Amino acid sequence: MGKRSDVSVPDLEAAGNGLLDRRIFLKQGALLSAGGLVAAAGGAARAADPPGAPGPGAGMSDYGGPAPYESKVKRTLIRSQAGTTGSGASRTPLEMLEGTLTPSGLHFERHHSGVPDIDPATHRVLIHGMVKRPLTFTVDALSRYPMVSRVHFLECSGNSASMYGAAPPAFTCGQIHGLVSGSEWTGVPLRMLLEEAGIDPRAPWLLAEGADAAAMSRSIPVAKAMDDALLALYQNGERLRPENGYPVRLFLPGYEGNMSVKWLRRIKVTATPTMTKDETSRYTDLQADGKALMFTYPMDVKSAITRPSPGLRMPGAGLYEVSGLAWSGAGTVSRVEISADGGRTWADAALSAPVLPRALTRFRAAWKWNGAPAVLKSRATDSTGATQPERDKLIALHGSNVIFHYNAIQAWSVSADGEVKNVYA
Amino acid sequence: MCTRRLVAVLMAAALAGCAAARSVEGPNLGQPATPAEIAAWDISIPPDGAGLPPGSGTAALGAVVYAEKCQACHGDKGAGQPNDRLVGGHGTLTSASPVRTIGSYWPYATTVFDYVRRSMPYPTPRTLSDADVYAVTAYLLHLNGIIAETDVMNAETLPRVKMPNRDNFTLAYPAASR
Repeated sequence: MGKRSDVSVPDLEAAGNGLLDRRIFLKQGALLSAGGLVAAAGGAARAADPPGAPGPGAGMSDYGGPAPYESKVKRTLIRSQAGTTGSGASRTPLEMLEGTLTPSGLHFERHHSGVPDIDPATHRVLIHGMVKRPLTFTVDALSRYPMVSRVHFLECSGNSASMYGAAPPAFTCGQIHGLVSGSEWTGVPLRMLLEEAGIDPRAPWLLAEGADAAAMSRSIPVAKAMDDALLALYQNGERLRPENGYPVRLFLPGYEGNMSVKWLRRIKVTATPTMTKDETSRYTDLQADGKALMFTYPMDVKSAITRPSPGLRMPGAGLYEVSGLAWSGAGTVSRVEISADGGRTWADAALSAPVLPRALTRFRAAWKWNGAPAVLKSRATDSTGATQPERDKLIALHGSNVIFHYNAIQAWSVSADGEVKNVYA
Repeated sequence: MCTRRLVAVLMAAALAGCAAARSVEGPNLGQPATPAEIAAWDISIPPDGAGLPPGSGTAALGAVVYAEKCQACHGDKGAGQPNDRLVGGHGTLTSASPVRTIGSYWPYATTVFDYVRRSMPYPTPRTLSDADVYAVTAYLLHLNGIIAETDVMNAETLPRVKMPNRDNFTLAYPAASR
């Protein structure tokens, strides 16, 4: 967190309790560099060597890793079903990262029966059902097709489920919201393969099935498959990581994560949805009246402030940058507002370019914290006009048994001693 | 250019664009799949039961299979612990602690067969015979009070089982409601 010295900027106040126009950073930056120049010119004798290596450092490496000092930046809240190690989830430590691309090794995981070990030399994808020509594709064959690269978020539909609970969980931002990650995905448009197989133009559905031990499967609308679905082979420039579906996964931009079936082995074009376990008994959204919503595909507009957030103590009053992530499965983030007074007044945050559809979008705002207790919130709006609801509104609408598709406004409280907590406010 | 000619040119351009988008030339590297290959891979069972294999089972046999293969994770008579509860929970879906089981929640009996066959037992999936899967399915449906102990589950009878919670799902994706 970038704490800076006290600055008096009444003319740049953007909302209550110290939220400033973000241009404050630009103006102050210019002042600081001028001051720095003066100090440098005033320096005379060399007091000590500048920091630097005393001699040659480590050699080259064939696959680099993070700095050893960053060893605490790890996936978090790793939980698996009783008696299993691979039937659960791990989460991205959102509060320890910046920008919008999640390092592949920190991308969240959600597996239904562990990560399979698949030899790409023998793996194949079968396309059959309502097609003229049932076909199989080897990974080598898929690698020869023309590809597209797209930056998108992937979010588990159960992300933030703990926020449906009666009391706010004492978790970090990543432990609450870290079942979302952002990557560049590269692969073959599914449409090209379906057309090669001669898909029946009247077919409305397909079934996608993985080669994991659960043979995880979901029904996918053909309309989505023909629109922007990919068979992804690469993530962030390298082949998929095993835990993200190596050697080939389905990728459905904006849709709930489990539909982007990993370790894809089969696509069956069908007249009806197959009604698999995961689209009937699992990823359906139980409402307060006992009815359940089925096929709730796009992930709704959502945001969270990653800095400051729980676990990141604010070291004292002063000027801070508030930084966070916003995303929407329905389109592009068009606006993020920030409040430092619990939602009484709001100021627009700056959106960091590029702002891409169905992708994590970084937002930033300037906050001059006066050292008194405060409640920070962020509220995102997307290109369809949808805005995040307050938590009580979301629960009044859907109840608290839903488990999935939680997208309410997140509130963090800041205490006078700089501790940040998850609160319902 | 007169307006009519302009419209005609624009329409032709649009049609050409559509045609180009619809028939993208790919490298055509898919290999024909044989009927035998497809039959071996095609394990998914939709609600109409298409693809259900020959064989049959009853709750009595299913109880034996369950005790040996399922009970360690799912408890005595599907009561749950250490893993998912499979039985009961009727009338709890509107409570503060809904219990979502096969009996209280699952909308299709075919899904039980499909899921048990593809994914269970968790440590050794796809090791049960089709007859054993029918039997375990029958046992779980019987424990939930949906079929009688002597009812035979097979490709004919299973799709006809009406699940208690079948009508309590609302489709959010519009194409599905057609």
